[in-house]
Amino acid sequence: MPRIRFDSVAKSYGSTQVLPPFDLDLDDGEFTVLVGPSGCGKSTTLRMLAGLEVLSSGEIWFDDRPISKLEPKDRDIAMVFQDYALYPHMNIAKNMSFALRLQRVPKATIDEKVSRVATMLGIEHLLLRKPGELSGGQRQRVAMGRALVRDSSTFLFDEPLSNLDAKLRSKMRTELAEMRNTLDKNMVYVTHDQVEAMTLGDRIVVMAHGLIQQQGTAEELFKQPVNRFVAGFIGSPTMNFLNAELAEHDGVLVASGDGFRLPLAEPLRHRLDNASGRRVILGIRPSSFRLATPEDAGGSEMELFIKVAEFLGAQLVLVTRCGEQELIVELESSTRFQVGSAAVFAVPSEDIMVFDETTELRL
Amino acid sequence: MGAITLGRMTPYVFLAPAAAFMIVGLLYPIGYMVYASFLDWNPSQRIGEAEWIGLRNYVNLLQDDAFRESMFVTLKFASIVVSLEMLLGVGLALLLDREIRGVAVLRTIFILPMMIAPIVVGLMWRYMYHPTVGIFNRTLEDWGFQPIPWLSDANWALTSVIIADVWQWTPFIFILALAALQSLPRSALEAARIDGASAWQQIIYVKLPLMMPVLIVTALLRLIDAFKVLEVILVMTNGGPGLSTEILALRVYRTASEFRELGVAAAMSNYLLMLLLVLTVAMFIYNKVTEARAARLRQMAEKG
Repeated sequence: MPRIRFDSVAKSYGSTQVLPPFDLDLDDGEFTVLVGPSGCGKSTTLRMLAGLEVLSSGEIWFDDRPISKLEPKDRDIAMVFQDYALYPHMNIAKNMSFALRLQRVPKATIDEKVSRVATMLGIEHLLLRKPGELSGGQRQRVAMGRALVRDSSTFLFDEPLSNLDAKLRSKMRTELAEMRNTLDKNMVYVTHDQVEAMTLGDRIVVMAHGLIQQQGTAEELFKQPVNRFVAGFIGSPTMNFLNAELAEHDGVLVASGDGFRLPLAEPLRHRLDNASGRRVILGIRPSSFRLATPEDAGGSEMELFIKVAEFLGAQLVLVTRCGEQELIVELESSTRFQVGSAAVFAVPSEDIMVFDETTELRL
Repeated sequence: MGAITLGRMTPYVFLAPAAAFMIVGLLYPIGYMVYASFLDWNPSQRIGEAEWIGLRNYVNLLQDDAFRESMFVTLKFASIVVSLEMLLGVGLALLLDREIRGVAVLRTIFILPMMIAPIVVGLMWRYMYHPTVGIFNRTLEDWGFQPIPWLSDANWALTSVIIADVWQWTPFIFILALAALQSLPRSALEAARIDGASAWQQIIYVKLPLMMPVLIVTALLRLIDAFKVLEVILVMTNGGPGLSTEILALRVYRTASEFRELGVAAAMSNYLLMLLLVLTVAMFIYNKVTEARAARLRQMAEKG
């Protein structure tokens, strides 16, 4: 499998630059997920890799081979499209074998490959049907099968699950995760769904406004986001952000704002010199909160007014208010409390992230 | 009870005027023509005075060499023009289905011929084909070739007429084919590119099969029209030389106005009508079949 390298690749449409020059390395055999809100440039990146969009500048390398001038068919890639892009006039077997038939592969080989992949995906009984006769989930499998039959070194997925209903989507997600483990292929996967990104990606590349914000494993992105955008994008429910001002009291760095006053972790004080008076944004994940017990007294505590409680089974999501701001709190559902009243919550000080107010970088 | 009946009748009451117009405007002339085709009828007679001769007009026509020749010319003309127009129209659409500068202007220019009145088209081409002052022969002479007897030679006349018709009606195929092309699923074409289809293979294996439903209907519409063509040929050759370009519509017209045989003309029109009816029914059946198939597919897809 080749190692894929984007070397200051950029894309503009006319005078509008959608992707400023960027570098990106994808290791061989890696499952890379490009994730970000719509319009962040992730699909364009994938389509440039596929050869469906022309690079405005820069080069893409497969190992030592520049590929940006090659036709899609010469790049040794297979692709699964968001709307499946099956050929409506061909039956499933013909759909899956189209590439092989164009390459004039012997019929026996084609039949063998198609039936092997079809069995693997559980679609062997559909081979003689037309795409119009299949349900969304089946079409999705066929699209996957068509890519697998090719036996290319690199697989590209352009939001392949976003047209499925929630239940089917999570099932296909699991199957994809299994497939990732059994196939030794490069996979590049585009999605706007951070859950998909977290479950599937060996490496997750978070993009926004045409820029790569951060790349790393799911855990790195969750625990060590480089900026406010990544922190807010990864994780569900999303992180709470609070405006605060820093002050130093008796050697402890304290962030205070509308309705709260939280001491921060010791290492942060060392990182920030002369932080007193600095305006910052605090980030606290909903799962970091728990109801305070008497032992927490004097630690990081917040008094929150509980507006709404949403029972989700094992978890409970509270919509609370702190001063004028809304905060989401996630608790185990066995926790007892009173809706419509205030309660004191404890937050471990090492779980509080601090972002610069203007650059939004994590401090 | 009365109120209920009235309520039920209301839609039909509202439909009645339209139905009446349909009957008077559509069925009456056809019925009139069918009736007339059984008569030996001279324009100087009132229809009541004409002699009833049953199917004799039809039988006579079948044995009439001129009619059979005219039928043959019509079939030849229609099949050649429609084939050529389909080839050129679809080909142009495939060429111009892309984002290049000025393509919108080009498209507009291409459909201009269709907007010109047929009589004008006929006159225009007659002048261009003129043996001495026409642009074609003058150009040929400038280049040192022999002039071609475009409209005066029996072998050339049909070709000349066909060229003019192709010129006028290719745009019709072109705009419909282009519309069909542009409504094709983009991602399926991209998938074909990734699957390794060359531009030709994309056309043959993906684009054309997906355009086929539109192309079939377009061809049938054009065929129906080509069978009825009159003005352009009337102006250009008036059917000549000999009977070489005398298509059926022209022969009907001449039978009625020159030979003054209204019954025969009516019978001839009926033959043409039957021919068109076969085509129309074919198109109708094709539509029904594709609709039924689509419905069946949807049903199967819903069942899972």
